[in-house]
Amino acid sequence: MELGQLSLYDQAILLFAAIVLFTSFVMLAQARIVPLIHTFAWQGTLLAVTTALVAYATNHPHLYISAGMTFLLKALLIPWMLHRLAVRLRIHRDVEAVAYPSLTLLAGGGLVIFSYHVALPIVQLSALITRNTIAVSIAVVLLGMLLMITRKKAISQVIGFMSIENGLFFAAVVSTYGMPMVVELGIAFDVLVAAILFGVFFFQMRASIDSLDVDRLNRLREVDR
Amino acid sequence: MTDWLMALAQTLLFVAMAPLLGGWIKRVKCHMQNRAAPSLWQPYRDLAKLFRKHTVLAANASWIFRATPYIVFGATVLAAAVVPLVAVNLPTAAIADVIVLVGFFALARFFTALAGMDIGTAFGGMGSSREMMIGALAEPVMLMAVFTLAMSASTTNLSEAVTYTLNSGLVLRPSFIFAALGLMMVAVAESGRIPVDNPATHLELTMVHEAMILEYSGRHLALIEWAGQLKLMIYLVLVANVFFPWGIATEMSPDNLAKGLVAIAGKLALLGVLLVTWETVMAKMRLFRVPQFLGFAFLLSLLGMLTRVVLESGL
Repeated sequence: MELGQLSLYDQAILLFAAIVLFTSFVMLAQARIVPLIHTFAWQGTLLAVTTALVAYATNHPHLYISAGMTFLLKALLIPWMLHRLAVRLRIHRDVEAVAYPSLTLLAGGGLVIFSYHVALPIVQLSALITRNTIAVSIAVVLLGMLLMITRKKAISQVIGFMSIENGLFFAAVVSTYGMPMVVELGIAFDVLVAAILFGVFFFQMRASIDSLDVDRLNRLREVDR
Repeated sequence: MTDWLMALAQTLLFVAMAPLLGGWIKRVKCHMQNRAAPSLWQPYRDLAKLFRKHTVLAANASWIFRATPYIVFGATVLAAAVVPLVAVNLPTAAIADVIVLVGFFALARFFTALAGMDIGTAFGGMGSSREMMIGALAEPVMLMAVFTLAMSASTTNLSEAVTYTLNSGLVLRPSFIFAALGLMMVAVAESGRIPVDNPATHLELTMVHEAMILEYSGRHLALIEWAGQLKLMIYLVLVANVFFPWGIATEMSPDNLAKGLVAIAGKLALLGVLLVTWETVMAKMRLFRVPQFLGFAFLLSLLGMLTRVVLESGL
């Protein structure tokens, strides 16, 4: 079947899924902290829009609640908290040195191909209209992991972690039209609590090693000799 | 026969309108930066002035230096003949596809780089090496964007691809959006516009294209500048007609052609404003950051191709 034969809403789901994937790549390439947080907020917004579109196109009204919750938490509350943290830690103007930026992006491209390969058997079994986006959601998870691996600053790693959660949520929405409400609520509050705990952790970390660079945590001694 | 005449007329229109587009872009840019704007016809006056002037050749200039302006201009005009401007299904579009188009650009770039090194000045060699670096990074992006298009349209022929997009109506293709963005970034890099190169500067540290043609004067310079304007127009027409083909004439009736002419003029004017806005908000980037810029463009094209495979197939 051709793409043109799908309804405009189904096409829009695919389009927004592609843009969610694109924001993951933008996060990989973005070295400055505040734009990174903004991109994360955009990813949350796009995720909420995609969820609402899936809810409309497949007639699953309970997904509207998920979409609203995603928007409130991942597009507004968590980015706002991270931004406030960055300002209070005075790292909001920092530029992180990303090692091998082009190589990282190419590795990201490789991850997309890998997740397409992994998702192929699932796609062939499924009959859902959104089944093609399963590969995209896996790719978002893997790209979030890549972001965590390539960065040294704790705050970027937290954003990578949240982005992994975005990917998992996306996978749930497109492969089974959402998880049970209890599970979804539980995860949402877990993420919120994690965001708050990370804030406390940042301050602890800076108080003890005077930096947010997690590589320094590998050192056992208090003083260099 | 009339088809060939139409194709010839379209190519001539392409060549004749390129300085006008350059003038329009300059004018909009002046307005946006609160400067007094030159007339729309200023590029024509500049070209006429250069054609009237004497050509000064360096004593050690070889035939490459003298032949390059004609080769560059000829290759660019041939490239313009391939791109559908006002109408599709013209015979010139049928004999060459988009890979040939990239080949024409590569030929022109090769000879410009050779001519830059021919005289033996330091600037020429520097400009040539920079130009080849940018070209080597920009070409795969363009080919990748074109292949994304070709996968959907099952053809690399531009005229057929335009017809395909026209016939399929409004379809939200994620791959086309990424490919269009990638192509626009390449267009900026290849035509020497702002973040990559500044067409209005002769500052040693930043020159790329200007450094190669520094030794040219008179009609040689006129031909090279004209070819530069033509190249920018080819890229903008590619973006406008391949991704937003609405309005282009599919038959040769006069009212269809008039509609096609108005449509392409409107699209080019709009794209020109977009280009100027982008140039005004961006700062010229360091040469060593250009690979990163083009790497991102490559990523966009790659994403276009990946989304084509992942999202748009097997529905």
